[in-house]
Amino acid sequence: MDPLTTGGSRPRLATVWLGGCSGCHMSFLDMDERLLDLAARVEIGATPLTDYKSFAPVDVTLVEGAVANEEHLEQIRHVRRNTRVLIAFGDCAVTGNVTALRNLFAVDDVLDRAYRQTSAVVVGMPGGDGIVPRLLDRVRPLHELVKVDYHLQGCPPSADAIFELLTALLDGRLADLRGERRFG
Amino acid sequence: MSVNTLSIDGKMVTGTTGETVFDVAWNNGVRIPRLCHVGGVSDVGACRLCLVEVEGQSRLVASCRTAVQEGMVVRTDTPRLQAHRRLIVELLFAERNHVCAVCVQNGNCELQDLAASLGVDHVRLRYRYPKLPVDTSHERFGIDHNRCVLCTRCIRVCDEVEGAHTWDLRGRGTHALLIADFGDPWGQSESCTSCGKCVQVCPTGALFTKGKSVAEMQKDRRFLKYIVTAREKHEWIR
Repeated sequence: MDPLTTGGSRPRLATVWLGGCSGCHMSFLDMDERLLDLAARVEIGATPLTDYKSFAPVDVTLVEGAVANEEHLEQIRHVRRNTRVLIAFGDCAVTGNVTALRNLFAVDDVLDRAYRQTSAVVVGMPGGDGIVPRLLDRVRPLHELVKVDYHLQGCPPSADAIFELLTALLDGRLADLRGERRFG
Repeated sequence: MSVNTLSIDGKMVTGTTGETVFDVAWNNGVRIPRLCHVGGVSDVGACRLCLVEVEGQSRLVASCRTAVQEGMVVRTDTPRLQAHRRLIVELLFAERNHVCAVCVQNGNCELQDLAASLGVDHVRLRYRYPKLPVDTSHERFGIDHNRCVLCTRCIRVCDEVEGAHTWDLRGRGTHALLIADFGDPWGQSESCTSCGKCVQVCPTGALFTKGKSVAEMQKDRRFLKYIVTAREKHEWIR
């Protein structure tokens, strides 16, 4: 594993939030004071934590969530083209997890249930105006669509696991994730 | 009973005639992975995780169904076996709906533990997402077929230890389904004694106690050793 140095400058780290609950990002924040150590070693690229709007090329990207709609599909392909090391971050990215529970049903039935049958419906079914991205027929884990370099399991992965994987990448050594690599 | 000497992973060990390679390995600290085996009931070789290599045989054999023989040379942890075991676990995850994060057995699950110990960090196969029922008609227990790995531990413990034989398998392959009596709702079963042994031996969250939420289900199998010791040695000891 080659250390992530790009011409003397600090490696760039990005995070992406696709079809997930943001719990993995919360776990990222649970690194607490270690975030300062991390911030000293990387440059922060696009991340929902800084309310990013565009994704510039980076060295490492943590991708939370499964690919559930057309926007996610476009995003994950763009991220893959612009990232050296892509990490599937948490169970939704790795397996589909809760996000993919809807795969048991047809998309139309899922939408019908959410936007027509429930009592809380106010505006009804989202239209084809392009404001809300269309759902894909099937929710998919990242590795079905793009090459994934590391799978970091967990719902969410622990802050320890995230810190260990990232610092190992920065150090250019193999991460020691014994006891941390499990689904759920 | 005659004593056989054999080699398991280069270690010379002994086993009496009739003992399985699996039991002799475990008795000697060689922990062959397993999912369908549970001490105290018969072995059926359903999960194939305990496959081993035996020198002189091209086929892999299920160690839980292979009797020890004099001079046998057994290997339990070669790269080939590791690859097969990983694939078996991936197949199990892909076949039904195992969503660890929202499962009653999260954190106490033998399938989850196996994936972790075998280094399964993702499933290379496409998940099937079959539509499977959850039967909560029993007063105290429930069965979630989404989590069932068809190990048949429940069938065997019900038949061999409780003597009720409430459980059985219907269908074949991916259509196989655990059924109570003739496919009745569990709560209407006439043979079920509600002893709960099946629940306690289930390795996953398929059989559970009602009222348990995510990660709250823990299984306790100590009763099995107690009953089997009593039966075989007539000693009622814990």
